[in-house]
Amino acid sequence: MLRGRRRMESTLDAQSLISISLRKIHSSRTQRGGIKLHKNLLVSYVLRNARQLYLSERYAELYRRQQQHYPDGAPLLAMPACPPPPAPPELPVLPLPADTQDREVRSCAAVRGGAELLEGPVCAAPPELQRAPCRDSSPGFYRAAGSAGPGGGGGGGSSAAPGLLYAAGCDFGTGGVPHCSSRTTVLDLDTHVVTTVENGYLHQDCCSQCPCCCQPVAGLASPPPAPGTKRKYYPGQEEEEEGVEEGEPGGGGVAGGPPFAPCTKRARFEEYSAEHPQDSSNISNLISIFGSGFTGLVSRQQADSEQPLNGQLCGKQALASLGAWTRAIVAF
Amino acid sequence: MAVIWCFSQVKGAVDDDVAEADIISTVEFNHSGELLATGDKGGRVVIFQQEQENKTQSHSRGEYNVYSTFQSHEPEFDYLKSLEIEEKINKIRWLPQKNAAQFLLSTNDKTIKLWKISERDKRPEGYNLKEEDGRYRDPTTVTTLRVPVFRPMDLMVEASPRRIFANAHTYHINSISINSDYETYLSADDLRINLWHLEITDRSFNIVDIKPANMEELTEVITAAEFHPNSCNTFVYSSSKGTIRLCDMRASALCDRHSKLFEEPEDPSNRSFFSEIISSISDVKFSHSGRYMMTRDYLSVKIWDLNMENRPVETYQVHEYLRSKLCSLYENDCIFDKFECCWNGSDSIVMTGSYNNFFRMFDRNTKRDITLEASRENNKPRTVLKPRKVCASGKRKKDEISVDSLDFNKKILHTAWHPKENIIAVATTNNLYIFQDKMN
Repeated sequence: MLRGRRRMESTLDAQSLISISLRKIHSSRTQRGGIKLHKNLLVSYVLRNARQLYLSERYAELYRRQQQHYPDGAPLLAMPACPPPPAPPELPVLPLPADTQDREVRSCAAVRGGAELLEGPVCAAPPELQRAPCRDSSPGFYRAAGSAGPGGGGGGGSSAAPGLLYAAGCDFGTGGVPHCSSRTTVLDLDTHVVTTVENGYLHQDCCSQCPCCCQPVAGLASPPPAPGTKRKYYPGQEEEEEGVEEGEPGGGGVAGGPPFAPCTKRARFEEYSAEHPQDSSNISNLISIFGSGFTGLVSRQQADSEQPLNGQLCGKQALASLGAWTRAIVAF
Repeated sequence: MAVIWCFSQVKGAVDDDVAEADIISTVEFNHSGELLATGDKGGRVVIFQQEQENKTQSHSRGEYNVYSTFQSHEPEFDYLKSLEIEEKINKIRWLPQKNAAQFLLSTNDKTIKLWKISERDKRPEGYNLKEEDGRYRDPTTVTTLRVPVFRPMDLMVEASPRRIFANAHTYHINSISINSDYETYLSADDLRINLWHLEITDRSFNIVDIKPANMEELTEVITAAEFHPNSCNTFVYSSSKGTIRLCDMRASALCDRHSKLFEEPEDPSNRSFFSEIISSISDVKFSHSGRYMMTRDYLSVKIWDLNMENRPVETYQVHEYLRSKLCSLYENDCIFDKFECCWNGSDSIVMTGSYNNFFRMFDRNTKRDITLEASRENNKPRTVLKPRKVCASGKRKKDEISVDSLDFNKKILHTAWHPKENIIAVATTNNLYIFQDKMN
């Protein structure tokens, strides 16, 4: 179990590996001869491994901070006026061990390959409000309250949850009060509506009762929406809304629901990964994009035909429906 | 090692500035060893021929000299996919000789070509109606009848494409292998293997398809494939996950279900970010006997007995000192290098390349190994090659090279061993070295 400085080093290593890997994927798009499937597959494995470590280190740090702020174990309740909504049934609350340093975060973050998503954001939230960040054997799904997902365990594939995306916009930045500091931005690919979720709850649910939650959080690019508001998403918008689609939007399509990478501008993705290699919240966003094992390779349209096999897609429509990941790797 | 290796020849440009087109991408001896073919990134094939042994020069075997050079593949552009197809020659495989001409298969990422290499050393002269330069004679001047006769001429070696096997691969071709029936061959890309008849170009049979219905579920690709040297129904293919599957074409038309699966369980103590990458198999070669096969992954060479699936019978570490450097090798892309491996004629020694222009040989009987270097420093004929040693850590002894001073741009990916003699061809980036054993 890594401690202290070694822990920091390994987190940095994971972060730098992630950004190196993303850069490789990105540059593979322009190399001669088309994108190499084999190499990109191997890079995706490194990405996944680094992500697992990164997440486990993040959770470890969270617990450490929590212990620092509240050494007597008092709950971290940041929004006393906000009653927690009922936890999604399939996710048990993670019990905090007495001594967080002994906790095997690594096993906790052991996410298998396949279509599992990034585990829900776990930030400095009260233990009883904390969501289970992961599971050993089943994909750690997190669904915003209100989305009636069928049991997501086991199966490995994404389920029929409507096209909701999760970008872990978790912010550690402000030190101080870890109150309402966890944000998840959710993009519904069907309606193109962006919703911001705080601490795992829909912002409008939580902050309607708690005005303190509405302050903009340092480190995040865009101001939080007013409570209860939804924003229409356009492909040209800021990258806060990046995320990974989970499941099949609407009906039809390939069984098993290939998660899509989001509608983002390619250029933004490029500058994103280049400019913020060390920013943990940005890394989280990137991680969420690549949350699934080797996802986003196939768009629905192409699943039927082998046509755009090693090349870039033509057509703005096709481009708009694919995210950076898909465009980075071969479209099959 | 019983064999003492000496420098014999080096082919290729001397200057350090390497043109990308000159990078050697494949090396292959023909079945007799008389011919040695190389392919490069520029799509060219160069064939060297061994001189007839000079009876007076008993201390060395014949030299290899250029026999034929031709442009096998050109760069292409796939307009539909907006994709350039590289002309780089990925593999060359010789057909056994049946008549005066030689035949080889060469492939780039998408297209396989059958080339006929034939000699012309005489030409007809004395046409009745034509001048020697080909112009027709004025018919009124033709008063006698004469029949042309063949007269000797300077040897000309011609290469002509006899078959073009195209449009059968969606992904990048990594292997071709000729069946022991000498009528069919297989070609493998990342996800599929096709079976061809050498005479038929407009269709092929798909015999392996590992493409998942949902590409999200892709976890491995095919990295190499080869027919068994004796059993025409058997072939193997290796995967990026470090497994080898043996398939029997008699079992079913589509060999998606393997007959045997060769896999060694991973050592959990060696687990790292890069475990998947270094376990990916870059080459698989049957022994000449057909009893064993050899696989190469990033750090090791493994010998498998076809009768034992659960682990290799022998494992040789090529450059274990790189295990602690995997992160840097990932950053500079070296971890993706695909090293090949080869057997000697009697299957007693195996050889593979490494970095710093080093190559390694492992004697299966004595369990001894040796590291040699392909370098222009030793380029006087019959200079004995000095064994090299890499110092992994700690005090560096004299003549040892430390890991940090290895040149990772100088890599030996392609090596070939003469089928009968102790002659080896070792390709550095753009040079081909030929070494022989010391003959007394």
